[in-house]
Amino acid sequence: MQLILFMILAFVAAVSSVAMITRSNAVMSAIFLVLNFFALAGLYLLLNAQFIAVVEVIVYAGAIMVLFLFVLMLLKTESEEKLLADKRGIKIFALFISVLVFIQVVCLIFFERPSRTLTPDEAASVKAGTIQAIGGQLYTSYFIPFEIAGFLLLAATIGALVLAQKKFG
Amino acid sequence: MTAIPMEYYLILSAFLFSVGVAGVLIRKNAIVVFMCIELMLNSANLTFVTFSSYLGNSIGQIFVFFVMTVAAAEAAVGLAIIIAVFRNKKTVNIDEINIFKW
Repeated sequence: MQLILFMILAFVAAVSSVAMITRSNAVMSAIFLVLNFFALAGLYLLLNAQFIAVVEVIVYAGAIMVLFLFVLMLLKTESEEKLLADKRGIKIFALFISVLVFIQVVCLIFFERPSRTLTPDEAASVKAGTIQAIGGQLYTSYFIPFEIAGFLLLAATIGALVLAQKKFG
Repeated sequence: MTAIPMEYYLILSAFLFSVGVAGVLIRKNAIVVFMCIELMLNSANLTFVTFSSYLGNSIGQIFVFFVMTVAAAEAAVGLAIIIAVFRNKKTVNIDEINIFKW
């Protein structure tokens, strides 16, 4: 049952990511990326990461992609031509490079074979994904990175406001 | 997770990452390039959450929390930069934004 669910979600994630990079209309790319994020949130739930799944939907699909769609609507970019029409040689070489990256990471995975040395513990993984466990670690051991993340968000907010105003400087 | 071997998740994450790399290299619209960067960040998140679940440790998920924070901040500032460039150049085609050339 879990394997069937994993296959469906992984298929949706993979197909939507490939569809995202091949659309000529940028808004369709954004929509397919939202679908990809929902499939990833389902995969996180399958991995017992409840908090991360919900945060993924709220922050990534709900805030970041809405921001992307707002910018796409504001800038009214025209559609690109067909993907392989222009500069075909460079794009084929780029595809070859990305296939090379994929083969390298897959070779790493199969040389290391992490499932040989790891014995998964279902109860521990359920307990590790709860918001109590994450909150407990976040506010005690990782408190300083948490505060620094707050400062980072403040800096990003101020930066975005300054950069986007009409009269710069 | 006694049913699904861990390598399946890791290979899916590798596939999503390489699709993101292909998208960054192929696409000409700057906003779509940004979206492919977000796809790469998400594939790294999937790897972290996989290891966190199979080790029974929540440290991986805390790191995913911080990666999402950084990704949100980067998306906001990057899109503000694109809007500022669009105001001057009236285009987001990265072939035509060659300000650094003489």
